Amino acid sequence: MSTLKSLFIASLAAGRLTGNGIQYVTIILLVTVFICSACNLLIPESSAFHVSTYTITLLGKYLCFALLALSVDVIWGYCGVLSLGHGTFFALGGYGIGMYLMRQIGDRGVYGNPDLPDFMVFLNWDTLPWYWYGMDQFWIAIVVAVAVPGLLAFVFGWLAFRSRVTGVYFSIMTQALTYALMLAFFRNEMGFGGNNGLTDFKELLGFDIQSNATRVALFLSTALLLIAALYLSRYIMKSRFGRIIVSIRDGESRTRFLGYMTNHYKVWLFVYSAALAAIAGILYVPQVGIINPGEFSPINSIEVVVWVAVGGRGTLYGAVIGALLVNYAKTKFTALMPDGWLFALGALFVGVTVFLPDGIAGYLENSARALQAKADLDNTSEDSLSKDGTSKDNNPKDKPTEEVTP
Amino acid sequence: MSFIEQTREFWRRDKTWFSSGQTRPYVDVSHQVILYIEGLSVSFDGFKALNELNLYINDGELRCLIGANGAGKTTLMDVITGKTPCDQGSVYFGQDINLLEHSEPKIAQLGIGRKFQKPTVFAAHTVFENLELSLNTHKGIWFTLVAKLSTAESDRIDEVLRTIGLEQQRNMLAGALSHGQKQWLEIGMLLAAEPRILLIDEPVAGMTAQETERTAELLTSLAGKHTVVVVEHDMEFVRSIARTVTVLHQGAVLAEGSMDSIQNNPDVIEVYLGEEP
Repeated sequence: MSTLKSLFIASLAAGRLTGNGIQYVTIILLVTVFICSACNLLIPESSAFHVSTYTITLLGKYLCFALLALSVDVIWGYCGVLSLGHGTFFALGGYGIGMYLMRQIGDRGVYGNPDLPDFMVFLNWDTLPWYWYGMDQFWIAIVVAVAVPGLLAFVFGWLAFRSRVTGVYFSIMTQALTYALMLAFFRNEMGFGGNNGLTDFKELLGFDIQSNATRVALFLSTALLLIAALYLSRYIMKSRFGRIIVSIRDGESRTRFLGYMTNHYKVWLFVYSAALAAIAGILYVPQVGIINPGEFSPINSIEVVVWVAVGGRGTLYGAVIGALLVNYAKTKFTALMPDGWLFALGALFVGVTVFLPDGIAGYLENSARALQAKADLDNTSEDSLSKDGTSKDNNPKDKPTEEVTP
Repeated sequence: MSFIEQTREFWRRDKTWFSSGQTRPYVDVSHQVILYIEGLSVSFDGFKALNELNLYINDGELRCLIGANGAGKTTLMDVITGKTPCDQGSVYFGQDINLLEHSEPKIAQLGIGRKFQKPTVFAAHTVFENLELSLNTHKGIWFTLVAKLSTAESDRIDEVLRTIGLEQQRNMLAGALSHGQKQWLEIGMLLAAEPRILLIDEPVAGMTAQETERTAELLTSLAGKHTVVVVEHDMEFVRSIARTVTVLHQGAVLAEGSMDSIQNNPDVIEVYLGEEP
C-alpha cells in the first residue's frame, strides 16, 4: 500500500495525474469491457464467472449513455451552452438505425410483407414513404442517422446563435425542440411507427441481433467508439479551437473583439456534439431492441445533464463516470423502489450542486492538486512548481510588477 | 485588385495553404487621417448618446478623449468597433473601408483593437494562451483546429510579455493575476494583435501610481507605430500623455486641442473641469 502511495505521489510530482483522467478511464474501460466479453463468450453458463448476456447488454446501454453524456459535456462544460434537448439528436440517430433494422426484417414480420414494415401494413399504406428509400443499406442508414441530427443542430444552432440567444433562453428552446419532435413522432402519419416506435428487429448486417456474439460485438464497438470520441474530443479541446471555445464560455463578447466569429464556433461545436449524441443513439437501439418517441421526452434530456453534473463538467471523462454511476444507481434503485427514482435523482442533483460543485472528476482533480501541493512542500524543491499555473504556490504577489521594467 | 492580381496573391510561393499569416487589407491613409467619423448619431430610447459627432483621428497619433459621464465616450467606441449600430453618420477606416458594414470580429480582424473599461482577460487560460489567442493570424474554425504556434509567433508573444512585464507570470492562469496585471495583460493582448488603431477605455482605473506611470510610458511609446485613442477620467494621467485632447459633451465634440488650450477653454471649464465659470 505504501509503495502504491509513493507511486501516486511520484506521478503527482511529475504533474501527470491531473488532466490525465481520460487515460485512466480508458484503461479501466478497456480492461472491464474485454474481461466481461471474454467471460460471456468463453466461460460456460454454469460457471460462477460467467457474465450473462443481460449484463452485457445493460453495460452496453450504459456506455451509450456515457457517449451521450460526453456530447453534452462538450457543449455545456466547455462552451457553457446548456442544451436540455440532446435527447433529440440521440433519438434521431436511434430512429435512423431503427429504420435500417426495420427494413432488415423483410418478410419475417407478422404480416409477412417483404416491402413494408408491419406498422405500415397495419395502417393500410401500400407504398414505402420516400424518406424510407435507401434505408435498407447499412452505410446509407448510418450516414443519414448522423447527418440528419447534424443538420438539425446546424439549422437550430445557426438560428439561435446568430440571434445571440444564450443562457436559459437557449435551454428552454432546446426543451421545446425535443418536446415538439416527441409530439410529431407520436403521430402515425409521420411514418415512424407512432407511439409503438420501431421494434421487433431481427438482423444487423446479417447477424442475428439476439445472439450472444452480436451482443458482445455491439458492446465492444460501443466501448471503442466511446474511447475514440473521448480522444477526439480531447484533441479538439486541447487545440486552439478548444481554447477559443473556453474563451467564448468565459467572455463571448471579448472573444468577438479578438476577431473570432463566435457564432460559427458555437454552431460547429453544437453540430459535433449532436453527431456524438446521434452515434450514441445508433449504438443504443440495436442493443435495447426498440426506439419509440419516449426517447424524445424532455425528462430524458434533463437526466443527461444530471449525469454530467454528477461526473463533473468540462473534463470529458467526468461525463463518462457520471453517466455510468448514475445509471447503475438507477438500475439498482428502480429494482428496490420503482417510484422513488425521480426523487432520488432530484436529491442527487441538489446534493451534487451543493456539496460537489465540480462533480466527481472535479473533486478528484482538486484533491490530486492538493496532494501535489503537499508533495511539493515535502520535497521543497524549487523546480516542482514549474509548470502547473494553478498551483497555489505560484502566488502572483511574489513578483511585484514594480520590479519589472516595460 | 484585379482578378489576375488576386490569383497571383493566392498562388504566392512564399505562402502555404492556411498559414498565409497577414490577412489585413491595405488601409489608405494618404491624407494622414486613419479614422473618419462624420455626423454620427446614436440614440437609446430617445436619449441622444451621440449627436452629430465629427471626429478625425490622424494616423499614428495619441488622442485622449475626455468628458463627463454620459458624454458618449464609450458609445463612440462601441460604434467604431461594431458593437452598437448607429442611427446616422459614417465611420471610415482609412479612405475606403466603411466600418459600419462590418461585424465586431471583422472589425477586429481589420486591425482595430479595443481594451475594455473592466479588464476582461480569459481567467481559465494562462497568460501565454491569452496572448496566443490574440495573435494577428487566421481566426477561422478549420485553421484553429490544426493551428500550431510558429517560432515567429512564439517570439512575438515573448516580446509582448517583455513589453508588459509579465514574463514571470507567463504560465500562470490569468484569473490569478492582480487587477493591475490584468489591465496590462489586456493591453498586451491588444499589442499581440498588432492593430492599426488601439481604442483604450480607462487604462489606469484601479492602478497604483507606479503602474499608472508605466502605462503612460507604454502608451506614449506605442503612438507613432500605432494610432492610440485613450478614454480616461484621470486628468493627471491625461496630462502626462496627451498631445491632442478632445472633449466630448452631450454626444458631440465640445473642444479639441492641446491640454493647455483645453484647460483655458471657457466652455470646457463650464461643463467639465469646474462648475463655476
